[in-house]
Amino acid sequence: MLNAKIPEGDLEHKWRNYQMQSQLINPANKKKLGVIVVGSGLAGAGAAATLAELGYDVQCFCYQDSARRAHSVAAQGGINAAKNYQHDGDSVWRMFHDTLKGGDFRSREANVYRLAELSAPLIDHYVQQGVPFAREYGGVLVNRSFGGVQVQRTFYARGQTGQQLLLAAYSQLYKMKRAKKVRMFPRHEMMDLVMLEGKAKGIIARDLVTGELKRFAAHAVVLATGGYARVFRLSTLAIGCNATAIWKAHKRGAYFAAPSFTQIHPTALPQTSEAQSKLTLMSESLRNDGRIWVPKKKGDGRRANAIPEEERDYYLERRYPSFGNLAPRDIASRAAKERIDAGYGVGRLKNAVYLDFSQAIGRLGRQTIADRYGNLFKMYEKITGVDAYEEPMQISPAAHFSMGGLWVDYELMTTIPGLYAIGECNFSDHGANRLGANSLLQASIDGYFVLPNTINNYLAGALQEDHPTTDHPEFEKVENEVRDHIEKVLHVKGNKTVDHFHRELGKIMWQECAMSRNREGLEKALVQIKEITDAFWKDVNVTGGHQEMNTELEKALRLADFLELGLLMCTDALNREESCGAHFREEYQTKEGEAVRNDEAYAHVSAWAYDQGRFTLHKEALTFEHVQPSVRSYK
Amino acid sequence: MNVNFKIWRQDNPHSKGHFEQYGVEGLTGDMSFLEALDHLNERLVANNEKAIAYEYDCREGICGQCGIFINGRAHGPHDHMTTCQLHMRSFSDGDTIVVEPWRAAAFPIIKDLVVDRSALDNIIEQGAYITAKTGTAPEANAILIAKDLADKAMDAAACIGCGACVATCKNASAALFTAAKINHLNSLPQGAHEASKRVMQMTKQMELEGFGSCTFTGACEVECPEGISIVNIAEMNARRAKAKWWG
Repeated sequence: MLNAKIPEGDLEHKWRNYQMQSQLINPANKKKLGVIVVGSGLAGAGAAATLAELGYDVQCFCYQDSARRAHSVAAQGGINAAKNYQHDGDSVWRMFHDTLKGGDFRSREANVYRLAELSAPLIDHYVQQGVPFAREYGGVLVNRSFGGVQVQRTFYARGQTGQQLLLAAYSQLYKMKRAKKVRMFPRHEMMDLVMLEGKAKGIIARDLVTGELKRFAAHAVVLATGGYARVFRLSTLAIGCNATAIWKAHKRGAYFAAPSFTQIHPTALPQTSEAQSKLTLMSESLRNDGRIWVPKKKGDGRRANAIPEEERDYYLERRYPSFGNLAPRDIASRAAKERIDAGYGVGRLKNAVYLDFSQAIGRLGRQTIADRYGNLFKMYEKITGVDAYEEPMQISPAAHFSMGGLWVDYELMTTIPGLYAIGECNFSDHGANRLGANSLLQASIDGYFVLPNTINNYLAGALQEDHPTTDHPEFEKVENEVRDHIEKVLHVKGNKTVDHFHRELGKIMWQECAMSRNREGLEKALVQIKEITDAFWKDVNVTGGHQEMNTELEKALRLADFLELGLLMCTDALNREESCGAHFREEYQTKEGEAVRNDEAYAHVSAWAYDQGRFTLHKEALTFEHVQPSVRSYK
Repeated sequence: MNVNFKIWRQDNPHSKGHFEQYGVEGLTGDMSFLEALDHLNERLVANNEKAIAYEYDCREGICGQCGIFINGRAHGPHDHMTTCQLHMRSFSDGDTIVVEPWRAAAFPIIKDLVVDRSALDNIIEQGAYITAKTGTAPEANAILIAKDLADKAMDAAACIGCGACVATCKNASAALFTAAKINHLNSLPQGAHEASKRVMQMTKQMELEGFGSCTFTGACEVECPEGISIVNIAEMNARRAKAKWWG
């Protein structure tokens, strides 16, 4: 059993108790301690800026041309905080409870409580940084609702909340760059982790402009590399999002937790062709005012506006009357899939459902809707050519978020000493399903508030050790391994493109390891993924060399890791013989098609170790002292 | 549909570039412009040729990483749109489409259609922040900001940093980019304490990076994907004058 190092004491006092007992480092000594932060999204930039403010010597890396591009930028709807500004009965306790239940009781109580507890000061922080959150006429902050919750606790900046938070973090990061406390390495991609005497002490990164492999050493390494839902190829993620950093760390000894827990978002734009590269997200906030429906008649060919009210099936309101259109994402996605599979889908490929604003516009007026979602309606029109003020949007489920990731303890340290994982790339707080507007929250809390208060507990011990240097033979060894791997990819010189193999992998993952899974399908997927992997290494063609900017090579290296990760995801999904949150095993459901959880056998975190292509299961028991796991009902 | 791409190819910053023509078949109107280029790249790789380098990441119009000059316009034929949001239905069968990188002295070419926009980061570095360490903030609702002021700040803050304003400007001026960030922060009470220093330092850096001066042609606001108004530049200039003469 894994030990998460949960501090003693009442839930309310655990974080304070932890901080009281953790080791401190004198400011004069902090500057002697180096930290590598990989990734510059909310988690990475927040951590890098805050660690630099505290006095550490920080090196921060991102594959994009600027830290401001990190995919946190694309989060639309908002960020949750238990401020209770709306006087509607919210509290830290209620937010803790909602999040734990939303995750279907597959996350740690202590982590989730800390997340809720730190949410209020986080909003203070962002306001102070100049984030232009929505306001009332009198000047106070506004909130809106999000899925899986019956209070209004979501703060937002139009439909661009992630962008505004990220720009605040990026600005703070560049403030520290100006102060020469951070060295920034844009267009650098981490290729592998370097460990000295069993501890994380550096990375090998590839300069994406010149192709040069470079060595970087530090006393600790923080991964903040985001989610891996691009394993499905079609997803709401940025095209460059990848699993390489965490996968390489996994292969060097970091356990990978709950890999198969992937959130499928109910409101993305549907796929229209094979050539499509991306499924654009339409914010969940739209479900505050939009109503989801399909025609009651199978294969109804009429235009949406021509279908009379009584012939529309508002299936979420029908099945989940108390939460209605604001049912959590896993449930809303599955309900959409159920209708689409049953032949009620709409749109050209019959793979969508309607999200309809006509009644909200009638009730509130077009201007109010434009104030709330104007940029989303504009974005919808740019992509589809359709005016959603006049006819309903067509939406469809899409891979969106990885609840799984590297296993971390309460301090956010992985099973490799000195290696931390923060933000989406760890598994920690969302259990089997993440609630809307908790992603920006978790990334920010990890980066700004948790890691800067836990890393000292490790680094205090590193003061006495030798300063890590890239002259160590281990750096040369790992760099050579990376170079060999790159050359191996370039030397295949086969006949098929990287995208070809990625499409193949994506189809299998979407078919067998997305919204609904079963033993037979997963077993088949494991065989098929191995076949695609073999074919990839025999027949991929990557043109150009490695000593230059080579976008095909970048894609190939990322895909090689996705192929291995796909195997682990299916292995994990096969192993967990219950349905919980986003993990829906068809064998375990009620007559009405609701998930059946098995707390006796599966109230644990599955954390997988890697050994030469084999995965071994370790468990962290989940104990619930403060909330009794109940059937998660939104009816 | 079939189109004829005329694309700028350049191996590295030091080599001489040239236009290359590519006839591409089998496209559909639903494909995004970048997906059409993906399609072309798959064909090039199948022919053992080097893929064309171009930038993108989110492909939903918010990260600002994409940016191509298409038929003489930044981000293509539409106003207020990013390259990734452009779809092939905006072109006709048989069209020749000219595809170039952003052109500005401050944006050196790295490869093909990829340019180096770190000059924009350098402007940000000179003051696009409010100095307040993590953990030092007062209670959020202690700072009241009227809705119209918050809305105005948000209008300016919406900039995605793509550089289309620079690319389209005949002077390659970064005035709209710089003004948007200055006005976002300087109009808010939290940003007031460093307002003069911010406007002076950021505008100075803008000049040091080699961006041209603004001559108010208004080309930038037409191409800006977020529709940020040129009025911001006038406001920045007023703020600068005030900071310069009265501190």
